[in-house]
Amino acid sequence: MLNWLHRLGSSKIFFEVSGRWQVPLLLLSVLMLTGGAAWALLFVPPDYQQGHSVRIMYIHVPAAILAQSGYVMMAGAAAVFLIWRIKLADVAVKCIAPLGASITFLALVTGAIWGKPTWGTWWVWDARLTSTLVLFFLYIGVIALRSAMERQAGAGRACAILALVGVVNLPVIKFSVEWWYTLHQPASFSLTEKPAMPVEMWLPLLVMVVAYYLFFFAIWIMRIRNEILLREKNTDWVKQWLAVR
Amino acid sequence: MNLFIASVQRDLLVHFRHPSEVLNPLVFFIVVISLFPLGIGPEPGQLKEIAPGIVWVAALLATLMSMDSMFRSDFEDGSLEQVVLSEQSTFIFVLAKVISHWLLSGLPLVLLMPLAALLLFLSEAGIWALTLSLLLVSPTLSLLGGIGAALTVGLPRGGLLVTILVMPLYVPVLVLATAMVQAAEAGSDTIGYVYWLLAILFGSVCLAPIATAAAVNVATDQ
Repeated sequence: MLNWLHRLGSSKIFFEVSGRWQVPLLLLSVLMLTGGAAWALLFVPPDYQQGHSVRIMYIHVPAAILAQSGYVMMAGAAAVFLIWRIKLADVAVKCIAPLGASITFLALVTGAIWGKPTWGTWWVWDARLTSTLVLFFLYIGVIALRSAMERQAGAGRACAILALVGVVNLPVIKFSVEWWYTLHQPASFSLTEKPAMPVEMWLPLLVMVVAYYLFFFAIWIMRIRNEILLREKNTDWVKQWLAVR
Repeated sequence: MNLFIASVQRDLLVHFRHPSEVLNPLVFFIVVISLFPLGIGPEPGQLKEIAPGIVWVAALLATLMSMDSMFRSDFEDGSLEQVVLSEQSTFIFVLAKVISHWLLSGLPLVLLMPLAALLLFLSEAGIWALTLSLLLVSPTLSLLGGIGAALTVGLPRGGLLVTILVMPLYVPVLVLATAMVQAAEAGSDTIGYVYWLLAILFGSVCLAPIATAAAVNVATDQ
C-alpha cells in the first residue's frame, strides 16, 4: 500500500494512472451533481420555516464543507512536500489554491443569497462568516505568494510554510458556531450524532457533498496533470505523449 | 545566547543612529488617527464609540509599515546568510530580531496609546484597557509579522505582499483586543480577554519563530 502511494509520487506514473481515472471520475461527479441538484430542487419538501429558500442549502453547505477541507488538504500536501520533498506535492499545493479560493467564494456568495430571505441581511460579521472570509484571504495569500515568487527557487517551500501557518485558522472556523452563539446555525452533519433533519432532507445533502468532493478531486487532478505537462515539458515521455495527441 | 544579545544590541544601535526609520511609523500612526475626526466628524460621542477600532487599525497599519525592514537589510548585505550557515540556532536569531523590532516599533506605540485615546475621547477605563491590550498584542504582531517578513524578504516589491499574507493571522487578535477595550468602556471585567491575549502571545512565542526560521532558510538557499 505504501509502496503504491510512493510510486504515485512520481509525476510520470501519476500522469498515467490519473489519465485512466480522469474521465470516469469527471462523468460520475457531473452525474451526481446534476442528479443531486435535481433532487434538491424538485423532490425535497419545502421547509416549514424557510419555505423554498432552504433549497440553496444543497449548494451552500457542500461548498462550505469543501472550502475548509480543501485548505486541510492543501496543508497536508504542503506538509508532505516539506517533509519528504516529493515535488508532486508542491504541484498539488499550487493547483489546489485557486480551486479552494473559488469554492470558498462560492460558499460566501451562496451563503449571502441564502441569508437575505432567511435572516433579512446579505452579511453579518459573526464568527462563522468572518472566519470563512479570513479563510478566503488565506487562500488568496498563498496564490499571491506563489505568483510573486514564480521564478525563484524557494517558491514551493515558501508557499508550503504559508499554507501550514494558515491551517491554525481551521479549528477556529469549524468550531466557531459551537464556541459562540451567533446568527449562523450549527453544523447539519456530525460524525457521531443523527442529523437534526428528516431523511428526505439530509440524504440529498449527503449526495451533494459526495458529488462536490468527487468534482473537486476531478478538477484538481486535471489541474495537476496540466501543471505536470508544463513542468516536465522537456522530458522524453511528455514529448512522446504530446506527439501522440 | 551570545548571538541573541549581540543581535539585539546591534539592531538597537543601528536604529538609534537612524531614528527616522523608527519615528516614521509613529508619525504615520498619529496622522491616521487625526484623519478620522476630519473624515467622520468631530462629535465626541460618535468618536468614542469607534475609537477602539480606529486606534487598533492604525496601530496595525503602523506595525505593518515597519515590518518589511525586519530582515531586509541583513538579507541584502549577506549577514542573514552568514547566520544561517553558522552553527548558531536560527530560532534564537529570529527571536532576537523580533524582540528588537518590538522594542523599536511596538513599545513606542504602546507609549503613544494614551495620546491617541485622548484624541478620540476614550474614558479612563478605556485608556487603560487600550494600553494594556496593545502591550499584550504588539509582541504577537511582531512575531506573526516576522513570518510574513521572512517569506517575502527575497522579493523586490515585497512590502504590500506582507500585509496580504499576515492580515488573516492578525484578525483573531484584533477582534479580541477591540472587544476588550469595548468591554472596559462599558464597565465590565476584562480579565478573560487578558488571559486569551496572553495565551495567544505565549503560543506565538513558541511557534511563530519556527515558521520564520524555516522561511529564512528558504530565503537564503538561492
